[in-house]
Amino acid sequence: MNGPLLTVEDLAVGFPAAGGFVRAVNGVSLSLSAGERVGIAGESGAGKSVTALAIMGLLPVPPTVVTGAVRHRGKDLLTMRERDLRLVRGRSIAMIFQDPVTCLNPRLSVGRQVVEAIRAHEPVSRREARGQAIELLGRAGIPAPARRFDDYPHTFSGGMAQRVMIAIALSCGPEIVLADEPTTALDVTIEAQIVDLLVELCDEQQAAVMFITHDLALLARFADRILVMYGGRIMEQAPAPTIFRRTAHPYTRGLLSSVVRPDGAGGARLATIPGAPPSPLALPPGCPFHPRCVHAVERCRTEVPLLLDVSSAEHRCACHLAAELTPFDAAQPDPLGIRP
Amino acid sequence: MVDATEPPAVDVVPATPITLRRDATPGWEPDLPASLLLRRLLADRTAVIGLVILTVLVAAAVLAPWVAPHDPAAQDVLNKHAGPSGSHLLGTDQLGRDELSRLLWGARASLLTSMLLGTAVLVIGSAVGTLAGFVGGLVDAIAMRIVDVMLAFPNFLLVLVVVGSLGPGLFNLSVAFLLAGWVGYARVVRGLVLSARERPHVETARALGFRPARVVLRHVLPTVLGPVTVLWTVRSGQLLLALAALSFLGLGAQPPTAEWGSMLNSARDSLAVNPALMIYPGLLITVAALGFNLLGDGLRDILDPASR
Repeated sequence: MNGPLLTVEDLAVGFPAAGGFVRAVNGVSLSLSAGERVGIAGESGAGKSVTALAIMGLLPVPPTVVTGAVRHRGKDLLTMRERDLRLVRGRSIAMIFQDPVTCLNPRLSVGRQVVEAIRAHEPVSRREARGQAIELLGRAGIPAPARRFDDYPHTFSGGMAQRVMIAIALSCGPEIVLADEPTTALDVTIEAQIVDLLVELCDEQQAAVMFITHDLALLARFADRILVMYGGRIMEQAPAPTIFRRTAHPYTRGLLSSVVRPDGAGGARLATIPGAPPSPLALPPGCPFHPRCVHAVERCRTEVPLLLDVSSAEHRCACHLAAELTPFDAAQPDPLGIRP
Repeated sequence: MVDATEPPAVDVVPATPITLRRDATPGWEPDLPASLLLRRLLADRTAVIGLVILTVLVAAAVLAPWVAPHDPAAQDVLNKHAGPSGSHLLGTDQLGRDELSRLLWGARASLLTSMLLGTAVLVIGSAVGTLAGFVGGLVDAIAMRIVDVMLAFPNFLLVLVVVGSLGPGLFNLSVAFLLAGWVGYARVVRGLVLSARERPHVETARALGFRPARVVLRHVLPTVLGPVTVLWTVRSGQLLLALAALSFLGLGAQPPTAEWGSMLNSARDSLAVNPALMIYPGLLITVAALGFNLLGDGLRDILDPASR
């Protein structure tokens, strides 16, 4: 089957909270093809996680209001009945969350939780599932998986627990894995291991990955395509090399220049983006980034910029000044050391 | 005096859905497997004392038909108010019945009834509370309004009304307690389920496409079990006292049924002649209630270290 596996069309999510109505996602459209690795980057509150939860149908509706469409195999997941949605969750689309230790049921042994995930969608016996679970845990890099099978989650470190979560997510051979900041709660030292493992296992199973993170540099490692979100909107999207080499959006530039470089290039002081992300309770009119943008002009304060093609249909940017600001300012240091 | 310094308006930090998802059941730590919790329980002196008391009493109650030396209802009027002897270890009562046998059988009527009742109330209350908390919406609204009405009604009055219309007796009294008692559990369990539902491992279970029944039974309820167990011990103790009190007043167990509360009542007339008849059941009621409370305290210490 050609064409995208999953398309999100004009997704908007809002929910009431103390102090008003939170507009967490405001018109996000994206697509995911089979086997593709897409990265979504953005600060806290940019709407990344909510987008993933909306795709999975895990938001409590009501009180949450979700509009738009999430198409998977010709069906809209947003209007699907809960009973049918259950057959998609775990089997076709799996999700990995942020804090692996709390995501495991503390009162069940790790092995039983993998078995449970397998048996939720596959008609296999307990014994067969146990064999598969041990194999999965082994492939996910758990040493001596047969011996660890009956151990409880509190005896696992964060990294080991995330390996278990990866094994669980891949247990039914999903087409899509949504990874919501899977390494944020882990030590930096094992971050790369976990990311590499996830990407490697997804490649083996030809599963598409949607990797959500606030660390743009991490995505440079593996992503085919990167989406940058801010204020519940997509600010820029492009194939991975393009977004680093021909950065179009001032916000993406800001993110890139605030990456720490080991060789100290880029100046003694680390660049930061002034100000804080807007409260989703009160998004500014116009471009959500304009209060923090050094290039902002009057138009940015009143008119929401559309996500338009920059150089090709693959590279799109939501900035009124995109045409004037590209090509990438050659004077700006290459933050990731990946520019030719 | 009017406070002139009004606090300045503070910008409310918006709660992102991510933070909503992260909160765990407050205060209730041990998300530990049952085997570890049991080991901790056995290391807690208070809990062990309570457990020993209850185990001994429950064993006596269960084994009463085999260990009781006499039929608890067999009268021997010629031998009434006898002191302790070889055939009547604790003597006989005002009708010449063997006191020890009556105390043993009384443990069934008092202790076992209150524990069974405590369990029945827990099951009904938890079922309603779980359903309300997990399904939410209209189901929740209706269930909680019923609970509100029941809670607004004085519990004791409700029991008296039910017993009054059904007639006194241990069974009718139990029905009355059942009708009045599930409400408290429903409210507590609903709250616990609401917070457990937001926990990451429950969300993970839903994200894996598990059936709602599986999510509730395997992933939500076990996290609720700790607080509910504590509640069970406390409530069972309260029920024991209430059952004994109402039986003492003649609303519960009817003669010749041996029950600690009603034994206390019938011993009143012979207080001057044979005070032991009042001391034995009174002491047992106290010790049993103490057992429940000690076990409850110990369990709470283990499950909620913050309360220590």
